[in-house]
Amino acid sequence: MSGQSGMTTRAMTTQRPGEAASTGGSDASGGGPRDTAGIPRRRPFRFDRWFLATGWRHVVGVIITAFALLPLLFVFSASLNPQGTLTGSNALFSEIGLDSYVRILTDPQVPYATWFANTLIIAGITSVATVFLGALAAYSFSRMRFTGRRFGLITIVVIQMFPQLLAVVAIFLLMSWIGDLFPAIGLNTRIGLIMVYLGGALGVNTYLMYGFFNTVPASIDEAAKIDGAGHARIFFTMILRLAAPILAVVALLSFITSVNEFVVASVLLIDTDQQTLAVGLTKLVSNPRYADWSAFSAGAVMAALPVVALFLFLQKYIVSGLTAGSVK
Amino acid sequence: MTTTTDEGVERAERASGTPPEKPTKRQRQAAGIADQASGGIGVLLVKILALGIVDAIALYALFILVVNAEWLIAGIVAAVAIFVNWVYFSRKRLPAKYLTPGVIFLAVFQIFVLAYTSYVGFTNYGTGHNGSKEQAVGALMSAALDRVPDSPTYPVAVVDRLGELSLVVTGPNGGVFIGGEERPLEPASGAQMEGGVAVGVDGYTTLTFQEIVSRTDEITELAVPFSDDPNEGALRTPDGRSAYQYTSSLEYDEAAGTMTNLDTGVVYTDIGTGAFTSEAGEELLPGWQITVGFDNYLKALTDTRLSGPLAYVTTWTFAFALISVASTFFLGLFLAIVFNDMRMRGRKLYRTVLILPYAVPSFLSALVWAGMMNESFGFINQVLLGGASVPWLTDPVMAKVSVLLVNLWLGFPYMFLVCTGALQSIPDEIVEAATVDGARPWGIFRLIKLPLLLVTVAPLLIASFAFNFNNFNIIYMLTNGGPRDTGAPIPVGFTDILITMVYKVAFTGQMRDYGLASAYSILIFIVVAVISIIAFRRTKALEELN
Repeated sequence: MSGQSGMTTRAMTTQRPGEAASTGGSDASGGGPRDTAGIPRRRPFRFDRWFLATGWRHVVGVIITAFALLPLLFVFSASLNPQGTLTGSNALFSEIGLDSYVRILTDPQVPYATWFANTLIIAGITSVATVFLGALAAYSFSRMRFTGRRFGLITIVVIQMFPQLLAVVAIFLLMSWIGDLFPAIGLNTRIGLIMVYLGGALGVNTYLMYGFFNTVPASIDEAAKIDGAGHARIFFTMILRLAAPILAVVALLSFITSVNEFVVASVLLIDTDQQTLAVGLTKLVSNPRYADWSAFSAGAVMAALPVVALFLFLQKYIVSGLTAGSVK
Repeated sequence: MTTTTDEGVERAERASGTPPEKPTKRQRQAAGIADQASGGIGVLLVKILALGIVDAIALYALFILVVNAEWLIAGIVAAVAIFVNWVYFSRKRLPAKYLTPGVIFLAVFQIFVLAYTSYVGFTNYGTGHNGSKEQAVGALMSAALDRVPDSPTYPVAVVDRLGELSLVVTGPNGGVFIGGEERPLEPASGAQMEGGVAVGVDGYTTLTFQEIVSRTDEITELAVPFSDDPNEGALRTPDGRSAYQYTSSLEYDEAAGTMTNLDTGVVYTDIGTGAFTSEAGEELLPGWQITVGFDNYLKALTDTRLSGPLAYVTTWTFAFALISVASTFFLGLFLAIVFNDMRMRGRKLYRTVLILPYAVPSFLSALVWAGMMNESFGFINQVLLGGASVPWLTDPVMAKVSVLLVNLWLGFPYMFLVCTGALQSIPDEIVEAATVDGARPWGIFRLIKLPLLLVTVAPLLIASFAFNFNNFNIIYMLTNGGPRDTGAPIPVGFTDILITMVYKVAFTGQMRDYGLASAYSILIFIVVAVISIIAFRRTKALEELN
C-alpha cells in the first residue's frame, strides 16, 4: 500500500471500472484511493460511480460480516446475561452482568477451572513436544542423506492421510491395556493422552518444518562447522533460532488442534476432573437437564478468547504456514 | 524443490559429516573426533542424564511386564531400549539420533494402532466379549456365587501390596493361605500369627480398621478362588475379618467345555461363537473374545438392518465432504475477489472480522450454533424468523442443511485466506497483457486467473476434502448425528458420517461393539487410501520429494 510510483501506468491500463479494475489491483505497488493518486484533478464524488467501483463490495462485506459475527455476538451477549436459559439469551445485550462467569467458575458440579488447566497442560505440552520431535526429524531429513530418507518422507506424507481418530477403538484398547500395567500413563491420565497425540507429531508439521529448513542456507551450517560446532550445536543454537517463526506457527497449529480434539480425549479421559474443555463443555451442554446456557456461554467465551487472541496476533504467519504446508 | 535448495542440501551434506562421495576411514574418524570435541561437557551430561531417565523407565517397564508375564512386549521394550542406547552412544548413526524419538511415538500410537484396528475388526470384541475364556468362566462363576449352607467360618486379614488386595486365611488346622482376585489360595510363608490367627504376611501391609472401612466396597467385591478348579467356589468376606465359602450355581466342565446351571439343569455349550449357548439359543454373558474372520464385514455389508444405514451414511459422508469443500471454496473465492481491490477501504478490518469464525475453536462454535438452532428456544427461530418453528436439527433433511450451513460458516474463512493469497501471487503482467489483447474481465477471470489459482489451491481442496470426510466435531457437537434412525439396531442417525458412526457403535449405548466399529474404520481407511492414491497421482506430490 505504500508505493505510489506505479499508479499512473496502472490508472492508464485499468480504464474500465468494476471487474477489470478490481482484478487488476493486486500487486503491492499499486495502492491508495484512486482519486488521490497520481491524478492532479480531483473528480467530484458521484454515488453511482463509487457504488460500481467499491460500494457494492461494502454491501457484500456488511452481509458477510453479519453472517460471520452473528454467532459470536450471540454467545458473547448470552455470556453477559445473568439470567441463564437459552430463551433468556435471545434478546441480545438486554442485560449486562458478570454473574454467569462467576457461576461457571464456582459451580461445584462443573470443574471449569480444572478443565481449563487440563486443556492448557495437555495442549501446551503436546505442542512443545510436537515442535521438538518434528524439528529433530525435519533437521535430519533436510540436512542429512541416509538410506530410507525418501521412504521416511513419503511415509510421513502418507501417514498424515490417516488421522488418529480412525483408530480410536484400538487406541482405547491399547491404553486400557497399558493402564492395567502402568496406571500412571494409561487410560484416564493426561500423560497418556499426550503420548497418543505425540504419535501424530511426525506428520504435516514435520513437513512444514522440513520445507522451511530447506530454505535456510546450508552455508551457515558449513561456517559453523568450520568454527568447530557439532551437529547438535548447529541444530539447537542456529537452525532452531532461524526457524523460530515456523516453529511458532507449528506450535500454535498443534495447540489449536489439541484444544479442539474431542474423539480421543473423550474416550481416554473418563473422570470429570481429568477432562479437557472440549470434552467437559460438550458433555455439559449435551446433558438435557443442564439449562444454564449463559454459564456455558461464559465458559465458551473464556475458552475461545486466548485462542482467538493468539490467532489474530500471529495471523500473518499462520496464513502463510497454512498455504505453504499443503502446497509443497 | 528448486535447484538452489538442492545445491544447498548438497553443501549441507558435506558440512554434516556424511559426504556423498565415500569418505576415507581417516576422514570419518576425523569428523567424528571433531564432532565429539565440539560438544561441551554440559552436553554430554545432559545426554547421559536423559538416557539414564529413559533407561530407568525402560527397566521399570521391563520389571512390570515380566511380573505380568508379558514376554513378547517385554522383549520389544528391551530391544527398543538397547537400540536407543546404541544409537545415542554410537558416534555414527547421526540421522537415527534425530529420528528415533519421533519414530517411537509414531510406531506405537499411529502405525501399531492402525494395524491393531484391522485385527480388532476380525474379532467379536465388545460388550460381553472383552476377555479370555478363562476370565469369562471366572466371571460367570463368581456372578452366580451363593454361600454354602453351614460352611465353616475362616478368620481372615486383608492385606495390600502395590494397591492390590489379598486375603490371608487361617485354615481350620492352623495352615495359613494367601490369595486374591483371580489368584487361588496358596500356602503363605512368613505369616505373622496372633492368638493362632494369621494377621499378616511378610511383604504385604495389613490394612488397619480405618482402611478396611474406607475400602469396604473393594473388600466385599473380592472373591478369592479356593483352588484352580473354579467349581470349588471362592472365599468372600463381608466385613474384612471373617470369610465364608461360596460356590457357584453354575458348574464348569472343562473337559466337555460346558457350563451347567445346577438349579435348572440347563447345559450351555461352547459352540464357537465366543459365549456358552444353550440349545434354545440363550447365551451366557460375559462371553469371551474370539476371532470371527470376515463376519463383521459380512454383517456390515449384508445384514439388511446394518447395510441400509451404512449405505446412507456413506452417501451422506461423501455428499457432506464434497458440498462442504465446494461451498466454502466458492464463497471464499467470491469474497477474495470482492475484497481484492486496492481501492477499497477497510479491507484489513473485513479480513480480520472474517478470520474470526476460523479462529474460534470449532467445537465451541458448533455447540453455540446448536443452541441458536434449537427448535423451540433458539435465536434463529425466535428472533430472526419471528417465532417460527423450523426443525433445524430435528428433521432429517433440515438437519443436513443445517450441518452444511454451519460448516460453511466454519470453513469459508480458510478458503478466503487461501484464495486471497493465491490471487495476490498471480503476476499483474499476465492480466495486463490480456487486457491489452482485448480480453474481457470475465474472460480474464475464467481463462487466466481461475486456472492459475487452481494450481495453487487444488492440493488444499483435496486436503480439505480429506479433513471434512472425517470432520467429527461439527456432526457430533451440532446434531450428534441425529435425528436418530430408530429402525437401526445400532445408534445411528441421519446426519451421521462414517467416523461418528464408528464412535457411536464403539462407545455409546448399552452394547459396545469394538469389532464392528473397527470393521467400519477399516472401510474408511480403504476409502481414504483410494482418494489419497488418486490425489497423489494427480498432484505428483510424491515425485517432487527428494
